[in-house]
Amino acid sequence: MTPELDTHKITAGLKTRTGATLAVGQVLQQRYQVLGVLGMGGMSAVYQVRDLRFPNVTKLCAVKEIINLAPDPQLRAIAVQNFEREANILATLSHPAIPQVYDYFSEHDRSYLVIEFIDGQDLEAYLGEHAGLLSHEMVLDWAIQLCEVLIYLHSHEPPIVFRDMKPSNVMLDKHNQIRLVDFGIAKLFQSGQKGTMIGTEGYSPPEQYRGVADPRGDVYALGATIHHLLSKQDPRLEPPFSFHERPLKAANPAVPDALVEVVNRALEYDAEKRWANITEMYEALKAVRGPLERGGTRTGTFHLSTGEIEPVWVFACEDEVRSTPALGEGVLYVGAYDHNVYALDAQTGAFRWKYATEGGLASSPCLWQDRVFVGSEDRLLYCINAQSGRIVWTCPTQGCVRSSPRVEYNHVFFGSDDHQLYAVNMQSGRVAWRVETEGSVRTRPAIGDESIYFGCEEGSVYAVDIRGVVRWRFATRRAVTSSPALHEGIIYVGSSDHTVYALDARSGWAVWRFRTGKAVISSPAVDMGTVYVGSVDNSLYALDARTGRQVWKFTTDNQVTSSPATLEGAVYFGSVDGNVYSVDARTGALRWRFRTGGPVTSSPVVGEGVIYIGSTDHRVYALAA
Amino acid sequence: MGRVRDLLQKRETPASEGSPVIELGPSRAAPRQSVPHTLKVGRASHVGQVRDHNEDVLLTLESSQLGDQANEPLGWFVLADGMGGHQAGELASAMAVRVVTYELLNEILRPYLFSEAHDASQSPLSEVMVNAVMAANKAVYDQVQGGGTTLTCALILGHRAYLAHVGDSRAYLFADNKLRQITRDHSFVDRLVELGQITPSEAAHHPQRNVLYRAVGQGDALEVDTYLEMLPAQYRLLLCCDGLWGSVNDDQLAEALRSAATPQEACDRLIEAANAAGGKDNITVVVVEPQSHSG
Repeated sequence: MTPELDTHKITAGLKTRTGATLAVGQVLQQRYQVLGVLGMGGMSAVYQVRDLRFPNVTKLCAVKEIINLAPDPQLRAIAVQNFEREANILATLSHPAIPQVYDYFSEHDRSYLVIEFIDGQDLEAYLGEHAGLLSHEMVLDWAIQLCEVLIYLHSHEPPIVFRDMKPSNVMLDKHNQIRLVDFGIAKLFQSGQKGTMIGTEGYSPPEQYRGVADPRGDVYALGATIHHLLSKQDPRLEPPFSFHERPLKAANPAVPDALVEVVNRALEYDAEKRWANITEMYEALKAVRGPLERGGTRTGTFHLSTGEIEPVWVFACEDEVRSTPALGEGVLYVGAYDHNVYALDAQTGAFRWKYATEGGLASSPCLWQDRVFVGSEDRLLYCINAQSGRIVWTCPTQGCVRSSPRVEYNHVFFGSDDHQLYAVNMQSGRVAWRVETEGSVRTRPAIGDESIYFGCEEGSVYAVDIRGVVRWRFATRRAVTSSPALHEGIIYVGSSDHTVYALDARSGWAVWRFRTGKAVISSPAVDMGTVYVGSVDNSLYALDARTGRQVWKFTTDNQVTSSPATLEGAVYFGSVDGNVYSVDARTGALRWRFRTGGPVTSSPVVGEGVIYIGSTDHRVYALAA
Repeated sequence: MGRVRDLLQKRETPASEGSPVIELGPSRAAPRQSVPHTLKVGRASHVGQVRDHNEDVLLTLESSQLGDQANEPLGWFVLADGMGGHQAGELASAMAVRVVTYELLNEILRPYLFSEAHDASQSPLSEVMVNAVMAANKAVYDQVQGGGTTLTCALILGHRAYLAHVGDSRAYLFADNKLRQITRDHSFVDRLVELGQITPSEAAHHPQRNVLYRAVGQGDALEVDTYLEMLPAQYRLLLCCDGLWGSVNDDQLAEALRSAATPQEACDRLIEAANAAGGKDNITVVVVEPQSHSG
């Protein structure tokens, strides 16, 4: 028979707000002198007191005061009895993690418990004050200590279910020892009126709401506590029982898989699926700690232990490949800084032709039927025959062409460092119109709904109609090098002001924005309601397309200026750390990683089960998706 | 800002393959504008058959402009269902609705009316709405002891709807002959349904079906859900509290929205249906639809 460790049921229907009733200096029982208030709960207050029985030293204690406001005298008497019974149980407990009970008494309708004063900080406060994530080794050590005290309680005759495991009920004393506090004697109270809010505790298992209180509930609550400490996500602010939807790995990539598994099993909705008891969970946690003691894990990186993947083929150019390849009819077209546009067989990487321009190619080629369009730092936009590699026409501009062209409505749209966006007839190469802006235009335009969207280095994003008339302009604070992505009426674009913006394509109003740590040069990719984009802060982000909330983030060892590409549930991108990554689109878990010889600033293009990407190590790689 | 060199003239070919043929030449017509429209609104609130006071509040604001230089229409619709004894419910819902409206208008009315150029120093719409709800939250928490409320707000700009939401009042979209619930209830039982632990019909009779895990006015920490809906050319948007959806099922809601001649008629029919089913709670409803004005 499990004793009910609270007076919650008796005292239902009472007011919540209480003030501290004892004044500093006041003395209780002619023995305990109040020094100050340590904390306040729904129906209780905790004071720091000095035990005057020891006049020559300052013996500090904590006194918990329960305010018993049951209107009915009979209910009041029952509440006092209950409280006494619980206090007596506590008094018999003896464990290093449980504060000692020294005394218990009732005075003026109030009951008091005198307990050992713990000089330290509770884990919720500790978490709040600690910038960044906690070390998982430390949290694991705490979890093991908590198991030990819970085992002690559950082994009591009859077993004592703690029922209130959460970071604010765990204190860390000056010796870094865990101390459990608040044995549910004063539970947070809620009123029982219609439609009233119960602040769902967040740590309690589902069956606790049906009145069931057995030791497996402590398993769940401990799992919830560890989840909160590792992820910094407070379950009271999240939908109830949503732990499995907020994977630990996504919030804290450094947590070892073995620990994630222990926590996940503790948090199973169905009590039958959890660890059968705290002892099993304890053994599992100790096993996690065992192997970890031998080697450390670096935060932020994930090392593949088995062999890396082999490329399908590799092609070496004479200089860096900084732009995205284009794929069409079994041929891959790619520009390199060696001034050449290459056409390679997509299956084998065999060389077909190359065309030499007079400047470096930062622009990505664009295909349309039998034409390849690409801009060069020699200030020209080229139209080249895709089969033969022979030039069809060029269009001169007054600045380097680093923007990638886009073809639509029988015209080619591209920008130049001469501050203009050009619309050029696809057949003839004649300029139809130009739009003047205040900075170099290096983005690839997005086109839809008879409008053209692009950014410029002065920081503005423009929406222009097909006549070349500006419809709206959105000013960010720094250069917009990222190319906008248009999806379901929203323009997604990054800026060097660190922010990813979602703009309403019709009016130019910002719908949401997401701040990353550094400049966003990468162009967003949108797939299945999620926006994927990299940042100079070393991470690739997955954001919900409608609300801008972060779904997950994947951190590499250096800047992510490459723009991601998606294919069938995976996201592909490169990092300045030299690797090409493939990451699961839903969870952000690493699928594979391929190391090249230099920073990867360009973006991949996806084909049939193969992705193609260039690196500053001069090579173009074809990798199995 | 735009130095136009030549103009493209568009022919009437559909953009299906993404390349209607466009030729050079002086423009004869500006690009196609969307058909101008205004918003038509229905509203109703009833105390029901059992209660003696109405703790629900609704607020609607609607701006329609016509003329060649007119802005797209703007609509602002808010619904709140208050709770907490001794008048705290009415006070909480009324305060929340007023504060959220004041905050929102301050931030968006000027840029809306003057089509000012947008920049990064302005808060994006979703943040403006969340901040407005947080301001309402603080006002209720500070000034209405023991009071709380649901709060569901919809901002319609042209054919986009931006929603901010806390609690178990609901927003539905009826379009293409189908009814879809936009918002998620922050109720304990809805969470159990999401997890597949109980069925929606079990939820309807669950003893704790009124228990919410999130409400406005309960404390500092509040997470606000936001939604963005791209509205089709024809639609009816419904905002309602649990006094309606708790007594009237989805089929009845859809039928009223489908067959009523006007949004007001839809509201009146829904109130009637809820009262006929017992009217155990206050019933409050808003219905919005676009009305086109060609020519």
